[in-house]
Amino acid sequence: MSPAAPRPESLLPLPPAVFHILMAVAGEDRHGYAIIQEVLARTSGEVRLSPGTLYRSIQRMLDDDLIVETHDRPAPEMDDERRRYYAITRFGKAVAEAEAARLTDLVKLARASGFMPRRA
Amino acid sequence: MTFYRALLRLFPKSFRAEYGDEMCAVFARELKDAAGPARLVILARALLDVAANAARVHVDITQQDARYAVRSLRRTPGFTITAIVVAALGIGATTSTFSIADHVLIRPLPFAQPDRLVKLWQTQASRGYSRLEPSPPNYLDWKRMATSFTGVEAYSGSTATLLGNGEPERISGQRVTGGVFNLLGRSAAMGRTLIEADLTSAQNPIVISDRLWRRRFAADRDVLGRTVALDDGPSVIVGVMPPDFIFPARDTDYWRPFRFVAQNGDDDRNNHYLAVMARLRPAVTFEQARSEMQIIGERLAQQYPKELAGMGAGAWRWRDEVGRQSRMLLWALVGASLCVLLIACTNLANLMMARALARRGEFAVRAAVGASTDRLVRQMLTDSLLLAGAGGVLGVIVAVVSAPLVVRLVPSSLPIAEIPPLDLRVLLGAAVVTLFTGIAFGVLPALRVCRNADGSALKEGSRGGTGRGTERLRSALVVAEIVASVVLLVSAGLLIQALMKVQAVNPGFSTTNVLTLRTSLPAQKYQLTATRQQYYQRVIDETGALPGVTNAAYISFLPMTMRGGIWPILTTTPDLNSPGGFVATDPRDERSASLRFVTPGFFEVMGTPLVQGRDVAPGDTLDTQNVAVVSQSFARQLFPGEDPIGRQFAVAFAVRTIVGVVGDIRVRGLERESEPQVYLPAAQQRDGQLGFYAPKDLVIRSTVPSFTLIPAVRAIISRVDPQQPISDVQTLDAVVSLDTAPRLAQVRVLGAFAAAAFLLAAIGIHGLLAFTVSARSREIGVRIALGARPQDILTMVVGRSVLLAGLGVTAGAVLAYAAARSMQSLLAGVEPADPSVFAGAAVLAAVMTVAGTLLPAWRAVRVDPLTATRAD
Repeated sequence: MSPAAPRPESLLPLPPAVFHILMAVAGEDRHGYAIIQEVLARTSGEVRLSPGTLYRSIQRMLDDDLIVETHDRPAPEMDDERRRYYAITRFGKAVAEAEAARLTDLVKLARASGFMPRRA
Repeated sequence: MTFYRALLRLFPKSFRAEYGDEMCAVFARELKDAAGPARLVILARALLDVAANAARVHVDITQQDARYAVRSLRRTPGFTITAIVVAALGIGATTSTFSIADHVLIRPLPFAQPDRLVKLWQTQASRGYSRLEPSPPNYLDWKRMATSFTGVEAYSGSTATLLGNGEPERISGQRVTGGVFNLLGRSAAMGRTLIEADLTSAQNPIVISDRLWRRRFAADRDVLGRTVALDDGPSVIVGVMPPDFIFPARDTDYWRPFRFVAQNGDDDRNNHYLAVMARLRPAVTFEQARSEMQIIGERLAQQYPKELAGMGAGAWRWRDEVGRQSRMLLWALVGASLCVLLIACTNLANLMMARALARRGEFAVRAAVGASTDRLVRQMLTDSLLLAGAGGVLGVIVAVVSAPLVVRLVPSSLPIAEIPPLDLRVLLGAAVVTLFTGIAFGVLPALRVCRNADGSALKEGSRGGTGRGTERLRSALVVAEIVASVVLLVSAGLLIQALMKVQAVNPGFSTTNVLTLRTSLPAQKYQLTATRQQYYQRVIDETGALPGVTNAAYISFLPMTMRGGIWPILTTTPDLNSPGGFVATDPRDERSASLRFVTPGFFEVMGTPLVQGRDVAPGDTLDTQNVAVVSQSFARQLFPGEDPIGRQFAVAFAVRTIVGVVGDIRVRGLERESEPQVYLPAAQQRDGQLGFYAPKDLVIRSTVPSFTLIPAVRAIISRVDPQQPISDVQTLDAVVSLDTAPRLAQVRVLGAFAAAAFLLAAIGIHGLLAFTVSARSREIGVRIALGARPQDILTMVVGRSVLLAGLGVTAGAVLAYAAARSMQSLLAGVEPADPSVFAGAAVLAAVMTVAGTLLPAWRAVRVDPLTATRAD
C-alpha cells in the first residue's frame, strides 16, 4: 500500500515567499527571474524576492510537490538554456487554496476585532 | 559576477550545482538594470541574501539527513547501541580526565587574579630541602624588605575543640595574619573577614566556614556575634565564608587571628612552620619577584650566619604546589584517555565502514538518481555525528558518575574542591571531543565508500565486494587499536608493579589489629606535664584492661600523618646565643631528625623492633636524666661503627642520652626517604615547652578486630575527660593504605582504561574478521568445493589476525617503552622495560586476538560451498 498523500493543511501556514511563488506560477509556467518580476509587479514593488530566497523556496517546493520543473520550452529565439521553468501542481493548487482560505478567515477575524474598516 | 560566484560557495555544493547558474543569471540581470550607487546596494543585498539563505539551506539539509539517519539507525539497533556505547567509552574517559586535569592544572584558583598570587618558601639546598616552611622572624623580615608585593601574609594550621552545641568536636582551622583575606580578594558571605585590628582585639574574633555554620549552628542567620566555646578560650563569630571558599585546605572550618608569641618559639629563626603567600605588584613579573626573594634570602643569611647558613628564600607560583609527580600523572591519564578515544574512533570507523559497504547498493541507487558524492558523504557524516552525539551524552553521564572515583587524584595541596565541577567549561570540552569523534570516525569511511558509489554495486553478483585499498585501511585501523591497547596494558601493568612494590615496603611497624585515634589535649587545661601524664596513664591503663587489648601507648603524631616535626641535631656544647641552646654541628655535616614524644610501650604496640638497649620507661621523668630512644639510621649516621648506648646529643633545648635503638619507621611515607627518628619520653616534656609535640595519637594493639574496641575506648575517654573530643579514628592499616591511596587511584583509572581498550580492540578484530569472512564467503566456498580442508580455511582466517596482532604488538611495545620512559618518575623504581609486564601485555594481546577471531573463524569453517557459490 502506498503511503497516504499529505493533506494541504499540513503545510500551513505557508511562508509568504512560497505563497507568492505559487500565485506567480498559478496562471502560467515561469522561470526564476520571471517569478521575481511577476511578484514585484503584483505587489506594486512591495515584495522583492531575492535570488537566495527564491531558489531556496523553489527547492523546498519541489521536495513538497507544490511545483514541478516543466520541460515545455518557449521558442528558441526567446529561450535561455540556463533557465528552468516551473509549473504549479494539483497539490500546489490545493495548498494555495487552503492558504488563501486561512488568510481570508484571518481577515474576517481582524475585521470583527475592529482592526480593519468594515465593508460598507 | 566573480564576487557573486564566490558568495555562492556558501551554499552546499549540490544546491550550487542545481541553481547556481540561474542565480547568477538573475543577479546579472539585476545588476545590469542598476547604475551608480544602486549597484552597491545590490551587492550589499546579495551578500546578506546569500549568507542568510545559505545557512537556512544547510539547516534544511541537515534536518533532512538527521531524520533519515534516525530512521536508518532504528532499523539496525544492534549496530546503533554498539556504536553509542563505544563512543560513550571514549568520550566519557576523555571528559573525565579532562575535567580533572583542568580542575587541578589549568582552571584559575578561586581567588581574585590568582595568577598574581605566589607562595614564599625558605630553601636549604645543602640539606636537600627545595622548600622549607619559613619561621616567623624570617617572614617578618621578608614582609619588611620585599618591594615586589602589595602584601605578604602568613598562616598556619591549627585545631581546636568546639564545645557546646552538641558533642565536643575537634575542628581544623587556620591562624592567619590580618591581611590574608584581603590578599585573596574574597569576602564573607555573612558578616566580615578578619582584619589587621583583630590581631590585638580582646574579642578573639573568629570566621567560620559555611560547612561548620550549617553543621554546628543549623545555618542560623543570627550566628554573627555569638560566642563560641573553644578549648583555648571563647571566640566571637564575626563572619561566615561562602560555600565555595576553600583556604588553604578542604578541611578548614575556621580562621582566627595569628599572634606571634615568643614563648612558643616564634622568635626562633629555625622554627619552620609557617605558610607564607604574597600578591605581586601590578608592574612586577614573577621572575623579578623570585630574583628579589633570592637576594633577600642571601642578605638574611649574611646577617644571621649561625641560624641561616646555607638557607635561601624563593617564590613559587601557587599552581607549582602541585607536585611534579601529580602533574605528570594527570597528563599521563589524559594521554591514556586519548588512547581510549583513539581506539574508540578507529573501532567506530571500522563499524561505519562495514555498514557503509553493506549499504553500497543504496548509495549506488541514490548516485544513479542524481545525488552527488558530497551529499552522500554529508549523509554519512550526519549518521556518525548523531551516534557521537548520543555517545557524548552518555559519556558525560559516565564521567559524572565516575567523578568520585578519581577524587584521590586531586592533590590536597591546592585550595580547590575535591570533586571537579561539571560546568559549562567541562561540557564544552565534552562537546569538542564529541564533534571530533563524530568527524574522525565518519569522514574516512564516508569518503572511501561514497567515492566508489557507482553502478557496479547494482550489478548482479556484486554482493560484498571490497577494494583492496579499503581492506588495507581497515586492517591498518585494527593494528592502530592493538598498538594503543598494548600501550595502555603496559602502562597499567607497570603502575600495578609500582603499587605492589610500594605496598611491599616495610613501614617499620606492624599494622595488624591496631586501632588509632586522636585526642588533642587543649593546651590551657593540660599545660602541665604532670596533668597530661595523669590523663595518658588513666587512658592507657583502662584501655589496656579491655578484653582483647594487648597494650596501648601515646605518641605525638602517628607516622605518615605528620611528615614534619624535623629538628636539627646539635652538639652537647652549650651556646646561649644559639636558638637551639647548643652549638650547631659543622654546616657541612648538619644532621636532623624527626622528633616525637612517646609513652612507655609505644614500640611494642607498633611492633617496631627494639634492637639495642631499652624503651622509654615510667622512671624517665622530669627529675631524671634526659634520655632518648633513636632509630638505627640515627645511630649509624651520628655514631658510625660505635655503640650508641650512653652517647649524647642535643635536641629540643636539652642534652639527651641514648638508652635504646629501635628499627626505622617510614615517617614520611612508603615512597619517600625519612629522616632518622628521635623519641623522647612524654614525661620529660618540660612544662609550657613544645606544646605542639604533646602526645595526642593513641595506638592500641589487640587480638580482636580493632573496630570492635571503638565504643569502649570512646567511653573510657569520655569518663576520663567528658570534654575531650576524639577524632581521626582509624586502623593503622588504613593510615598506611591512605599513603598509597593516590597510587591505587592511578592504577584503578588506568586499569579501567586498559580494560576498555582491551574490549574495544577485541570488538575491532572481531568486526574486521567477521566482515572479511562475509565478504569472501564465495571465495571460501570455492576453496572448500575444490578440496580445501577446515584447517586450511582456519589458517587463512587466523593467519590474518595473527599477522595483525603481531604488527600491533611489535609497534605497541616500542611505543609503550617510550611512554614508560616518559613516566619513569611514577614507577617507584620499576624498570620501564620490565620483561614480565611486556610479556603479560603480549599474552593479553594474544588472548584479545583469539577472542576476536574465534567466531569468524568458526563461521568460515562452516561456510556451505553450495550456498556461497549460488548466483544472486
